[in-house]
Amino acid sequence: MKFGVVTFPGSNGDYDAYQAACEALGEESVFLWHKDHDLQGSDVVILPGGFSYGDYLRAGAIARFSPIMQEVVQHAQRGGPVLAICNGFQIACEAGLLPGALLRNASLKFVCAPIGIRVETTDTLFTSRYQRGQRILLPIAHGDGRYSADNQTLERLEGEGRVVFRYAPSDLEAEEAYNPNGSMHDIAGIVSEGGNVLGMMPHPERAVDPLLGPADGLPLFESILQRVAV
Amino acid sequence: MSRFRVAVQVVPRRGLLDPQGKAVADALHTLGFGGVAAVHVGRHLVLDVDAKDEATARQQTREMCERLLANPVTEDFEIATVEAS
Repeated sequence: MKFGVVTFPGSNGDYDAYQAACEALGEESVFLWHKDHDLQGSDVVILPGGFSYGDYLRAGAIARFSPIMQEVVQHAQRGGPVLAICNGFQIACEAGLLPGALLRNASLKFVCAPIGIRVETTDTLFTSRYQRGQRILLPIAHGDGRYSADNQTLERLEGEGRVVFRYAPSDLEAEEAYNPNGSMHDIAGIVSEGGNVLGMMPHPERAVDPLLGPADGLPLFESILQRVAV
Repeated sequence: MSRFRVAVQVVPRRGLLDPQGKAVADALHTLGFGGVAAVHVGRHLVLDVDAKDEATARQQTREMCERLLANPVTEDFEIATVEAS
């Protein structure tokens, strides 16, 4: 299976995503340059974290117009898997691949910390290797992660089981405040209507090696491998 | 073709949490401006647009706002002024 990791000007999570696919998962991985129009036969596209185009105007607003995004959107419309992480989630929302938007953290602070996440559904391409309701620990690093959408959209997401990850107190944090950005419904990750695009603020690609801390992100990549095996 | 200077205001949609506006309001209260009921922090954009008339410049700007300059999910926009320049 081949992962394609898009590099935008200002991406900083692209190497982590590349390493997760290559080293941790042992699959082929390529970088896709934002100016190209070629997914190089990638089965799965990763929109990585970072600050594409300096977050000018709004996070993700300009990256959406990068040449490669035309192919990424077509790939998604064909049902191809897209993993949109952090800034990638913001880009996916701006590009209309996912509903809603990510606004400035309610605290106005950039938050960089391991955060407790609850896996709400295992019935997706991306989460079949977790347990439903499982608490995992993933790092977050963002200033604009407050998921917002109108009530109708939120009801639809909840009703259709498309809220995949929610911020939740982990065993390590117990009673501490757990919603790090003020997201509506504590949403940390959602999937598209077709289930093939996952947008999430936490960084699974930065949690794949036990040597460096919790490896709770690895099952996400293993799930993709299991479901999309080519 | 004439050139028009178009000013656009983009503000967070009313009712959505606006922590930046609230922080500024709190700071103003600290300075003693107790009469400030609310603050909303947005963006002010100034565009120089070539168009055949003012109505066209306005219409084009409206489309730009809908497609890029404002996020339709979370922001409202207003074309403040259109002036021949």
